[in-house]
Amino acid sequence: MEQVKCECGHVNPHGTVFCESCGKPLEEDTSKKLLDMRYEGSARRSQTYNKTIIDKIWNFFSSVKVGVWLIVITLVASAIGTIFPQEMYIPPNVSPAEYYKDQYGWAGKLYYELGFNNLYGSWWYMLLIASIGVSLVICSLDRVIPLYRALQKQGVTRHPTFLQRQRLFSASQVADENRVFSQMKERLIKRRYHVREENGNILAEKGRFSRWGPYVNHIGLIIFLIGAMLRFVPGMYVDKVLWIREGETKEIPGTGGKYFLKNEKFIFEVYEKGKDNEVFNAAIDRVGNGTVAKTYQTNVVLYKRVGPIVPGEEPKLKKVKEYNIRVNEPLKYDHYALYQVDFKMNEPNKMAFNLIDKATNQSFGTVTVDLHNPQSSYNLGNGYRVELLSYFPDFYFDDDGNPATKSKIPNNPAFVFKMITPDKPKGEVSFVAIRQTIEPFGNNKYKMAFAGLDTRNVSGLTVRRDFTLWILGIGGVIFMIGLIQGMYWNHRRIWLQRVNGEVWLAAHTNKNWFGLKNEMKHIIEGTGLAMPIDQAEVEKKAAQGGDRNGATK
Amino acid sequence: MKKQRLVVRTVILLLLLSAVGYTIYSNFFTEKTSIKVGATAPDFVLTDLNGKSHRLSDYRGKGVFLNFWGTWCKPCEREMPYINRQYEAYKQQGVEVLAVNVGEPKLSVQKFIDQFGLTFPVAIDREDQVMNAYDIDQLPATFLIDKNGKIKKIITGTMTEEMVQQYMESIKP
Repeated sequence: MEQVKCECGHVNPHGTVFCESCGKPLEEDTSKKLLDMRYEGSARRSQTYNKTIIDKIWNFFSSVKVGVWLIVITLVASAIGTIFPQEMYIPPNVSPAEYYKDQYGWAGKLYYELGFNNLYGSWWYMLLIASIGVSLVICSLDRVIPLYRALQKQGVTRHPTFLQRQRLFSASQVADENRVFSQMKERLIKRRYHVREENGNILAEKGRFSRWGPYVNHIGLIIFLIGAMLRFVPGMYVDKVLWIREGETKEIPGTGGKYFLKNEKFIFEVYEKGKDNEVFNAAIDRVGNGTVAKTYQTNVVLYKRVGPIVPGEEPKLKKVKEYNIRVNEPLKYDHYALYQVDFKMNEPNKMAFNLIDKATNQSFGTVTVDLHNPQSSYNLGNGYRVELLSYFPDFYFDDDGNPATKSKIPNNPAFVFKMITPDKPKGEVSFVAIRQTIEPFGNNKYKMAFAGLDTRNVSGLTVRRDFTLWILGIGGVIFMIGLIQGMYWNHRRIWLQRVNGEVWLAAHTNKNWFGLKNEMKHIIEGTGLAMPIDQAEVEKKAAQGGDRNGATK
Repeated sequence: MKKQRLVVRTVILLLLLSAVGYTIYSNFFTEKTSIKVGATAPDFVLTDLNGKSHRLSDYRGKGVFLNFWGTWCKPCEREMPYINRQYEAYKQQGVEVLAVNVGEPKLSVQKFIDQFGLTFPVAIDREDQVMNAYDIDQLPATFLIDKNGKIKKIITGTMTEEMVQQYMESIKP
């Protein structure tokens, strides 16, 4: 492998911009006055070898430019994904292809055809995220290792051009060099600099650990991504929905049949004037009485199934605990958590009808239909009987004009009754829906008159189990530590060297030059050293029409 | 040194690639539960509308055509007559059909059976237990279970009569 030997004797890897030890520029670029101190001029490996296919892939991901573009593309795609609702948020009973076209026209159609309806779970979106992860790992590795090496190997005595080409630089003649050096050393140590001496030269350094901030931050991000990845491992992450009616006992989905839940009662409360504390009165007046929700609560009993789990078999249940689930107060057990997320008030449960003579309004008995399990025949005695020919729990007329049901949920129950009476032994047929009666075979003598509705509330719960949360947490904490490390500390270095009877002073920081300049001012005060000139600023001013010293003509 | 660099890079790239590959694979090519092709079909017990109890594990040695359906689901309604006809042909050859209704009233299910003259056993999964075990979120859903009790294929969406015939042929013991 090619290596470059500097005149100071240090051997540098190929591609190094200036000597790791003494700082003498190896690749002479005289067009710029100042040295580019990025990555300490170290050889970023990616930019030096490009032979095998592995190297080519490596180099692709090692480029910060590529990384930035990956992030930009991901951001743009994510933004487009928010223009129309994602597929999981559209009504469940419609075909997505039609829904997007009907709701949003040609734009919606295009949106659907390009797959933006399911963007965040699409293969290419995940590939983008994964590429960002790969880019993160490779970029960091390619930079942190050479940087660490360069900072480890840096020498105290620097080549004069290195000092000259620092942004902050001054050369001064002093009467007593030794006194100035010892004075400076003392002051630097007082300011918590780590001071190294060699041949009477000084390198003072502090806050080097700030340089590792971005890489610590990246480690955090990668741990975070690993946590997100683990969600796809079966058993690590459960996110299910459980709709449960009052009085029902249901298996909790996602628990593998191990746990059952009984909904004893669902409670929905609002703030009401007179009932609640007076301090709420003004607010209640503003938005209206009885419109602000106070409580969403489900009183539940958690059961554990004992014995072998065979789905479909009548479960043997053992009571585990009773709990009142409220918003933000989930029922937690065995790493599962049940959250209150939704509800439905007054779902029809039972419906009652009176069999009456239309002319006289005389009733011959009441039929109560259980909307979840209706009987096929109801005997009222004395020769009066009602047969249920058809039942539509969620009634609508289908495309052919026939009565049909949209689901098994009794949102809008409808019935076809056959009323058998002593004087109509063949029976009369009547179609009964809410506020609607149709007599398909002409005028009937009898009718099923609505006599009452029994309703139940339904509670919507989310079942969660997340074993990835602590990994995401650790990733987040490390991310923050890295951020703080890089943001609140600066890596400052000050070089003090004797060159040709002068004292040369140069300083560098990775950020906050203003702070460094201020600190320098205090350190050199009274030593007779000249305050270093900010050569970057001088150049800038010169470019704007001033002379080299910054004075405008 | 050059060789070492290549090895290190290859190892790191392989590690990254396998992590990405695993994520993409598990997200798009497998079901996120234990219900997948090749796995043993979860056992269950259900009683059909004639009062006969069916335990899936009792059907080892036979192919089982397990269909989840609802009366309101139009594609289910379309494929029922196909299944019924093919069942007539395949029941002598060791293929059983089990139709699991997703917890509707017995009345609705019975009317449906009578309307289409279904001859295979139909059971109602009243507490969603079997549906949860098979992770059903879309109807119709059909599971082809071979004579060893393993899932051979999972079909979501409606089938033509030809498909039904081929599927039954494929699980013939």
